[in-house]
Amino acid sequence: MHELAITESVVAAVAERVGTARVLRVQLEIGKLSGVVPASVRFCFDVCTRGTALAGARLEVVETPGRARCRDCGRSVELEALLGLCACGSADLELLEGQQLKIREVEVV
Amino acid sequence: MCATCGCADAPDHDHGHHEHAENPAPATRILRLEQDVLAKNDRLADHNRGWLEERGALAINLVSAPGAGKTTLLERTIRDLGDELRIAVIEGDQATERDAERIRAAGGRVVQITTGTGCHLDAEMVAQALLVLAPAAGAVVMIENVGNLVCPALFDLGEHAKVVVASVTEGEDKPLKYPHVFQAARLMLLNKVDLLPHLSFDVERCVSYARRVNPELRIVALSATRGDGLENWYAWLRDELRARARRDEEREGLP
Repeated sequence: MHELAITESVVAAVAERVGTARVLRVQLEIGKLSGVVPASVRFCFDVCTRGTALAGARLEVVETPGRARCRDCGRSVELEALLGLCACGSADLELLEGQQLKIREVEVV
Repeated sequence: MCATCGCADAPDHDHGHHEHAENPAPATRILRLEQDVLAKNDRLADHNRGWLEERGALAINLVSAPGAGKTTLLERTIRDLGDELRIAVIEGDQATERDAERIRAAGGRVVQITTGTGCHLDAEMVAQALLVLAPAAGAVVMIENVGNLVCPALFDLGEHAKVVVASVTEGEDKPLKYPHVFQAARLMLLNKVDLLPHLSFDVERCVSYARRVNPELRIVALSATRGDGLENWYAWLRDELRARARRDEEREGLP
C-alpha cells in the first residue's frame, strides 16, 4: 500500500508550500498508468491530513489517460493499463503520457 | 484594540471605511504548484547516487516477491565473489534482523533497515543506512528491498539499476501481473531453475511475457542454491562495475 507513503508526501509537500495558510482544496493529477490507485489515496487523505494545515481539505483527483505511440504503425493509442495493444495488433508501444503523479494546485485561505 | 476590526485604533472609531458583513466569505487564493509528488524522494535519491559515485560505488536495488530467493542469492554471491568484489548490503524488511544475520554469516558488510508497517524502502531510509554502512571505495552496494512487487517500483533509492528476481515456483505470468516493476528493471533473474523438473513452469513463456512488458530487459536464469547460471549474473555485475568506472574516468577527463 504505497498510497499511504504517496499521500504522506502530498501532505508534507503542500504543508511546506502553504506556510501558515489553511488549505481548503487539493487537486492531484494521477495518471492511469502511474501505479497509484486514486481510491486508496482518498482513503489515506483524511488520516494523513489530521492535525495539519490540510485538515478538512477537499481532495480532487484528476485522472489523466494513458497515451502511447505505436512504434510499428505510428498511430496514437489510448491506454487503460500499462500493457496494451495498438489497433494494428502491435504491442511495441512507446509510452507518452499517463505516468504522472502531480500536485496541480491548492486553494488556501 | 478595536474588537470589530482588530485595528490598533480606539474601540469606538468609525467603521464606515470598510464593511463588516454578517458572514464574510474569506478570500481564497489558488496556488498552482505543478509539483511532482515524489519530488522529495527523487531529490534524495539523486543525492544518494551522487554520494555513491563520489566513492566509485555501484548500487543495485534488488526487488522481488517474498520468497523468490533474494537473500540466498546475496549469500551465494558474497561467498563466491567476496575476494574479488567489495560487496556491502542494505537489508530491508518489515521486521527482524534475520536477513542481516545471514549476510553477516556469509561474510558481508550489512545494515538492516526495518520498515515496521512500510511496504518498501525509500531514498531517505537508504541515505541513513549508507552513512552507517560506509561502503568502501569501488564497492557494490546491494540494496535488498522489502519483498513486494508493487510498491518498490515507484521509489527511486539512488541505485544504478533495479534487478528483479522472479522464481520458477511463482507463476510464469508475474511480469504481466506486476508490469511496473518489470518495466523499471534492467535485469531479471529467474531463480530456482534447479526445481524445473518438478514443476510445469514454462521458461519460454515467462521470458516472452517479461519482454512484452520490457523489450530491453536482460534475463538470466539461475539457481542460487545449485549454482546454475550464476556466472552470467556475475558477468553482468562485472560489466556494470566496469561501465561505472568508465563513466568516472570520462568525468574526470573533462576540463
